[in-house]
Formats: sequence, C-alpha cells, structure tokens
Amino acid sequence: MGSAAGKNYINEFAGLKSWFTSLDHKRIAILYMISVLTFFLVGGIMALLIRAELFSPGGQFLTGDSYNQVLTYHGAIMVFMVIIPGIPAIFGNFFLPLHIGAKDVAFPRLNLASWYVFMFGAALAVSTMFTSKIDTGWTFYTPYSIKTGTAVVTMVLAAFVMGMSSILTGLNFIVTTHKLRAPGMTMGRIPLFVWAIYSTAILQVLATPILGITLLLLAAERIFGVGIFDPALGGDPVLFQHFFWFYSHPAVYIMILPAMGIISELITTYSKKTIFGYTAIAYSSIGIAAVSFFVWGHHMYVSGQSEVAGVIFSFLTMLVGVPTAIKMFNWLATLYKGSITFDSPMLYALGFMFLFAIGGVTGIMLATLGLDVHFHDTYFVVAHFHYVMVGGTLMALVGAFYYWWPKMFGKMFSETYARLSFVFIFVGFNVTFFPQFVLGAMGMPRRYFDYIAPYESLNKISTVGSWLIGIGFFIVLFNLIHSLLKGAKAPDNPWGSKTLEWTVQSPPTHHNFDHDPVVTAGPYEYR
Amino acid sequence: MSTDNHVTTAGKHHHAHHFKDAWHEFISAKEGIWLFMVTEILMFGGLFVGYFIYHMKYPEMFAEGASFLDWRMGAFNTFVLIGSSLTMALGIHYIQVGKNKAASWALITTLACGAIFMVVKYFEYTHKIHLGLLPGKFFAYPEAVSQNLAMYFGFYFCMTGLHGTHVLIGMALITWVLIRNMRGEFDSHYFTPVEGVGIFWHIVDLIWIFLFPLLYLVG
Amino acid sequence: MKWMTFISMVWASVAQANTKTSFMPPAATEIAGQVDNLYAFLLWASLIACVILIGGMIFFAMKYRRKSANDKTAYITHNTFLEFLWSFIPLVIFLFVFGWGWYIYHQMRAMPKEALEVHVYGKQWAWEFVYKSGKASTNEFVVPVNTPVKLIMTSKDVLHSFYIPSMRIKQDVVPGKYSALWFESEKLGDFHVFCTEFCGAAHSLMLGRMKVVSQADYEAWLQENDEGLTLVQRGAKLHNDKGCVACHSVDGSVKVGPTWKGIWGATHQFVDGGSALVDEAYIRESILEPNKHIVKGYPAAMPSYQGQLTEEQLNAMIEYIKTLK
Repeated sequence: MGSAAGKNYINEFAGLKSWFTSLDHKRIAILYMISVLTFFLVGGIMALLIRAELFSPGGQFLTGDSYNQVLTYHGAIMVFMVIIPGIPAIFGNFFLPLHIGAKDVAFPRLNLASWYVFMFGAALAVSTMFTSKIDTGWTFYTPYSIKTGTAVVTMVLAAFVMGMSSILTGLNFIVTTHKLRAPGMTMGRIPLFVWAIYSTAILQVLATPILGITLLLLAAERIFGVGIFDPALGGDPVLFQHFFWFYSHPAVYIMILPAMGIISELITTYSKKTIFGYTAIAYSSIGIAAVSFFVWGHHMYVSGQSEVAGVIFSFLTMLVGVPTAIKMFNWLATLYKGSITFDSPMLYALGFMFLFAIGGVTGIMLATLGLDVHFHDTYFVVAHFHYVMVGGTLMALVGAFYYWWPKMFGKMFSETYARLSFVFIFVGFNVTFFPQFVLGAMGMPRRYFDYIAPYESLNKISTVGSWLIGIGFFIVLFNLIHSLLKGAKAPDNPWGSKTLEWTVQSPPTHHNFDHDPVVTAGPYEYR
Repeated sequence: MSTDNHVTTAGKHHHAHHFKDAWHEFISAKEGIWLFMVTEILMFGGLFVGYFIYHMKYPEMFAEGASFLDWRMGAFNTFVLIGSSLTMALGIHYIQVGKNKAASWALITTLACGAIFMVVKYFEYTHKIHLGLLPGKFFAYPEAVSQNLAMYFGFYFCMTGLHGTHVLIGMALITWVLIRNMRGEFDSHYFTPVEGVGIFWHIVDLIWIFLFPLLYLVG
Repeated sequence: MKWMTFISMVWASVAQANTKTSFMPPAATEIAGQVDNLYAFLLWASLIACVILIGGMIFFAMKYRRKSANDKTAYITHNTFLEFLWSFIPLVIFLFVFGWGWYIYHQMRAMPKEALEVHVYGKQWAWEFVYKSGKASTNEFVVPVNTPVKLIMTSKDVLHSFYIPSMRIKQDVVPGKYSALWFESEKLGDFHVFCTEFCGAAHSLMLGRMKVVSQADYEAWLQENDEGLTLVQRGAKLHNDKGCVACHSVDGSVKVGPTWKGIWGATHQFVDGGSALVDEAYIRESILEPNKHIVKGYPAAMPSYQGQLTEEQLNAMIEYIKTLK
C-alpha cells in the first residue's frame, strides 16, 4: 500500500471525529500533546502565582488557605498530568513504534482508551477547582488529608484514574517493545530512547497499582473511616507514607528515565558520533528502575521510621547514584572527538547535563542520613527536585519538541527563537532555583506561605527568575505555533540522525513504513 | 480501510495490520493480559501488606473479628469459585477443539458459579450489616471486646468488596464472550478474548484463595 | 567507628573556613558542627564533580565543535576500563559519604540517659511545651545551656515536624505516637523553631522561639507566673501562649484570621449574610464557638477553646483586645 504523494498521517483523514476516534499512535500522541501542554500552562500559571505570593513575606494576594490550594494544584497537575504522562505519552507514543520499525503499538484501541481514561481523570481533578478545592499538597499525607474539608475523595479518585491510564500505556509499550520489533531489531539494537521508555513502562506497570490501592484506601478512610491510616482509630499515618512513596519514588524515575533517553538521542545526533557505552546506558536504565523500588524510605528519615530502616534506605539510595553517574559520564564521553553543533535541541541537551549534574550531587547530599535531617522538607529539597524534574525532564521535553517537531509536523521552526527560548529558560531556571538551595541551607521550610525576614532577598531573586522562565516557555509556544502556520517545509532528515524514524517521510504516513524495514546494525552508526 | 487487514489464516477473524499473523497477535495480547494481571495482584498485594501489618499489631482484635465470619460459607464459596475456574478452562478448551456449543454451556456454568458466589456474599454482608459490624464510623456493634474492632471490618469490607467488584466485572466479561461465542465469532484459530477473560477469572479466583484463609480462618 | 571520629576531626580543621560561607545558620551544638563538616565536604566534592562534568562538557563542546558538514568522528563504542573507573570511584565516594552520614545520624538518634526531659505537643498551629515542674508554655521554649535536653513529642491533631535549624535537628511529630529528639546547646541565645510538615492554613506561622539561657535564668523562668501582671498584660501573654498569634495579628497585617487591631467596636460581616458588633459577648463566642459565625473572607479554620481558658483568662483577652486600637 504505497502512499500517494503528499499523503501523511495528518491529512489522510479529515475532521475532528477522525482525530477523536483515531487508533493511529501518532495521532494519539498529538492528542496527548495538546492536553499535556494545556495542563502545563495551568500548572505553570500556578507556579507563577506561588512565586509572586512569595515575593515578600506576609500575605500579598493569597491567604494561607488559597496559597495551599494553589500549591497543591501546581504539584498535582505537574506530577500527574504533565511530567508523568509527558514524555512517554507524547514522544513514546509517537516514536517508540517508529524507532523499532513497527506500524503501531501493540494495542491501538487500548492506546486510545488510555487517552480517554487520562482525560476523564484529568477532568475529575480539574473539576475540584470549581467545587471545594483541595489543600493537602500532592502527597495527600494523612491524617491531614482525612481531616481537611476539601475535595480529597474526588482528587484521589482522579489520581487513581490517571494512574490506570499510566498502567495501560506502560503495558502497551512493554508488549510493543517485546513483540513488534522489526526483523533484525534485536534488543541490543533498539535506540536508547526505547530502552528508557521500556524501563519506564516497567515502573509504570509495577509501581502504579500500589498507588491505586493506597488512594482507594484513603478514599475509604474519608468515606467510611476505616481507620487504617487514622491514629484516632488505631491506624498508623506513617504507613500511608510508606505506601505512598513505594509508588512515588519509582514515579520519580518514571519522570526522569524518558528524559535520559531523549538526551542519549540528542547527544549522538548533534555530535554525529556513536553513543559511548550503549550497553552501560541501557542496563543502567534497567538498574535504576530495579533499585528505585527499594529506596522509598529516603523520603522518611525523620518520619519516625527506625534507624535501621533509615540506614538501609540511605545505602540503597547511594547505589542508585551509580547508574546515574554512569549515564552522565557516558554522555560526556560521547562528546569526546565528536562533531558538535549547537542546534537548539543540543543546547537543551547540554543544558540538561548542566542542571542534572547539580540536581544529582544535591541528591547525594539529601541521601546522606545526618545531613538530610537538616535539609528534609526545606527549600533545599524543593530546589533539588526542581533541578531534576524541571532542569532535567522539562529541558529534555523542550529539546525533544525541537528535535522531533520537523518529523511530527513536517515544518521547520525558527532557530533564532529556539535559541532565545533556551537562554531565557536556562538562565531563568538557575535564577529561580539556585537561591532556593541557599534558602534551604538557611533553614526555610517548604510549603511556607509566609517566611521570616532573613529569607526575603533570596525569595525576591527567585521570583524574578520565575518570570524569565515564563517568558522562555512563551517563546517556545510562539515559535512552535508560528512554525505550524508559517514554517518552511522540513526535509525527511534535517539533523542527519541515524534512527529509523528519520528514514521515512516527514510527517510519516499512516502506516509509518512503506516497506517493512530490516535492521542490520545498531542505532547510532556514525562512521 | 480494508487494506489494514491481511487474511492469512483460516477463520473469520482478521488480525490487525501491525501484526505478522494471528499467532503473533495472540501471544502479544496474552502478554498484555498477563501484565495487567500483575498489576491486579500488586494492587491486592497492597491490601494484604496492610492486613499483615495490623494483624501483627492487633492479633486479638483480628481473632475477634474473624469469629463473626462463618467459615462454612467461606469454604462453600471457595469451592464454587474453584469449580468455576474449572468450567472456565473447559470453555476455552471446547472452543479450541471447535465445540462452540459445549463452550457456551461451560461459560454459562461459570457465570452461574459467579452468581452463586455473589448471592452467598450478599447473605454474609446483610448478616454483618444487621449486627452493625460495619467499617469505621458506621460500626454499631455494642458487645465488641476489642476497642478498634471496626478496623477488622474495614479490612473485611475493603478486601471482599474490591474482590466482589472484580467478580462482577469478570461476570460481565464472561457474558460478553459468551454472546460473541453464541454468534459464532470464535473458532480454533481465534479465541483471544475468551483466553484473556479466562486468565482474569483465574486470577480473581486465586485472590479469593488467599482472602479466604486470611479473613475466615486466621484467628 | 573510631576512625570516623578521626576523619571528622581532620576534616574539621580543613573545613573550618568553609562553614562561614555555606549559608547554614550558626551551629549551636557539637553535632551541628559535625553536620556542617560533612556538608562542607560534600560541597567541595560536589563542586569538583560539577567541574569535571560541566567543565568537561563545555570543554569538549568547544574543542570538538563542528568544523565542516562532513567531519569524520571517532567510532568509539565503549571502554571497559574507563567505565569501570567512573562506576567504581563514585561508588566508593558515595559509600564513604553514606558511612559518614550514618555516623552522625546515629549520634542524633542515640538518646542521652541523663537529660532534661520536656514534653512537646504540636497542634494546629502552635507548639506547647510542658516541663517536669508542671510549668507549661506555648511557642516559648526555654532551656539551659550545656545541658542535654530530650524532647518527647506527640501531636494533638495532624502531622507536624519539629525543626530547629541551628541545632540541625528535625523530627516528625505524629498523632498517636511518641517521637523523640535531643540536643545539647553550647550557645546562649534565641533560635527559631519551625514546623516542617505541612499542617494546614497557618503552617508557616507555627513558629516557636527557643531561648537558651544560663542554668540560673532557667530556674528563674520556671518560677515565673502571672502574679503581678495587669489584666491587659495577661491578655497579651495569652495571645502568644495560646497560639492566637499564629492566625491573628495585632498590627493590622493579614494572617489566617482577622487581625485584632481595631476590631473592638467594629462590625463583622458573616458569610451567612448576618453581622455583629464586636463586643464582649461576641469575642467570648468567637473564642469558645469559633465556627458559629464565620467572618466574610476568612476560612472556618479556628479550633474551639472551650474548656481551655478560665473566666479570668477570657476577661484578660477581652481587655487586651480593647487596647488594640
């Protein structure tokens, strides 16, 4: 079924209905892209509100209660609706089948259903904004979440539903990776992005059910008062934290592993050089995924868990640091003797390495028992996870947008504006979050609506930084929309990449490959 | 688009365009279903962990709670479910050997077993509700010895409730494959949905085999 | 772990200069000093790691930037020795840091046998301290210098976390459980006490003040009582001691609840549409049945003080509010 000239997955079928009923993984990826970007805008506005409120001590335009609500929505939206689905559901969906030479994911109908389930959960979550809201923080810690008068039940059910979507996406990707690889595409030849998405999928499938049952129990706690997490009824609120972090720590790697996969793609492409240590990077993804199940207690050094537990969790956390270090050094070695360009996706990749290095070393500080007692629940933690989640995942996400945009839409974008957006986001990010390390060292606790006078100047700097990030993201948005409307036609392979998606036309046809590909070498054969 | 499908094997089912052949589609679907079962087991696993932790903490209270449960009803239900797993397996076997009519009867028997299970559950629940043995704030049993007996029934209703929901979902799925089977959509080459529903039903059964001793027998 | 002590001491002399620029609040205990040494070590190690990674990245990016469109690049797939090195060296460093952290943590967790014990209650949104003598105080925590102090803590409602930055100690305060902390301050002075576990609307206003004083001042403080204070002075003290200060300012600034400044004689509008003149009866009702009428623009967040204040104390509060013009 050769494609007629000019036919691609976008124009092959017309009408909104053809989008909402499409089983094409590429169209579903676009559905996810639009929804995730919308939620990102909402979550981002919440972040700007938080920073604006913290510009000065005391209440500016929010009250203690409304601040806590904004904070909770920022966290919950960014975690459950942006970062967790972000890279896997957009780029995983679009490029996993292309990367392994498949025509689609294993279960296309399930794939579309996952999007509907996700949107249903997201709608539930957003609906609470218009009812009694929620103010527990995204972690829903008991017993506050049992006692507060806000819409906790709706919100946890929303998170449960979105978790289900995440599970379905994950299992779809696992089976796709196992069963749909093109002839010759051995596991040793799949691109590292696929390894990352695959490791992530394993985490999604194995960790999310625990979150599911935890959230159901929390809902039962509120509706029936079953007492499992309620100290007033003989339950243990700390048990909730164990259950919660048993999911939510692997979830941290659900957020970062796909980003690492993207960085491997970007660095090889823009260095025009084969990846250094393919096996090490691939296995380190799996290693991170495996060990991440046993480190949840490092969120709980001061929760009242025993000293022995703290010691074990600290030890295992240090072990997770090793595969992460391996990846960093391998990327560095990939640059060595390469032919490096500074196209905007590469700038984001280098920016990722810069920020992730800082996020990584501060992670080691937080994993250290005696030191974490001081840093726990201070701005040091806030700064650390923003360096990893925003500096890491979001940098990779924007980099991926620029990298794959020509393939996805067949249009080029303005390189000048792309570089400009990088400058704003990168500089703004450091201005926003570096001072927060210092605030944390000084002892400013997180989730603070108000703070004492000595913390004021650094908070002001941080707020100014948030405006720069905001401008940066608007430039990205403007650039991409402008590209859709006025962009030059993109060639099939504008960057000279070697992976399979660049061998097909831009944008790809409905069936991806006109002739089933046969693979005879690894993914990064730059010789 | 008709070009999406290739007819490569006998039978009415056309495998989707991204699979090589019907077998490829079948083993992929089966792997997906097994992965989903893993998530089901892990979800119940969370409940079991909670159960073990509190059982260690309050052994007397759990013993008192278990004393309100009639182990004969539980045992009866266990046999019913094990029997239903057998008929489910038989149903799949009959489809594989092309005996669709026998398969329908096997599926109907499975459905009936599920229904019997739920009826027994209904009587057990009404008995508890009658006595006021309810979770948390609805607990209204005046002669409780342990102070937090309500928690036992919190676990009881959460665990059996979640399991019961799965039995109902399983019954709905069996009805669906039953109708499709009666329409003649399955044959020895294509029976993936029946196989999948069967795996789901076995797992639901397996979870009950853990629930029964934990709730009824451990005293 | 003798060798650990030795390494700590050696490093302490190296790190002395750094602690001043590490932004940590002044360390007030011996353990806090150890924490700062570890922190200083990690800062240096991190700096070196970042120089290698980020510096290396910038160096390679500049040195190997593309010269022409058909540059040939080296085809290097891996190097087992190098990969071993950059797995093994970080591992050794991480494990070393782990051991050092454990050593400090262990001292934090090992409660001294002979210590001044103080009971601490966390509640929304104040810290209550009860001493062996029966003396109780709210948000004001007075301890003698150079004496091991052990805190036995629990919560009256939700999770809180007791944190004194200058002591480098922190412990969650959990309802239905006791948790413990200890410290021995070597310095006199005032220190902040924060709540670091999210606990609701006034989480950030749940501030305590720790005063480390001499043994003699501590004894004197234990003997202090309300005799000799005027009614207004007692009211002012109650405003602080009962935790009112967390939500109600007396200078007009907006906190969780309405400020007390100038409310006497004002008219409050309620969310249910009604209104009331702020007089003795209204203040009494607001304290004892706070959720009967909710003032427009404020959450129904206040707990009842029924049974927690005597008639005399209520009068003292009312007299104090009258003076806030």
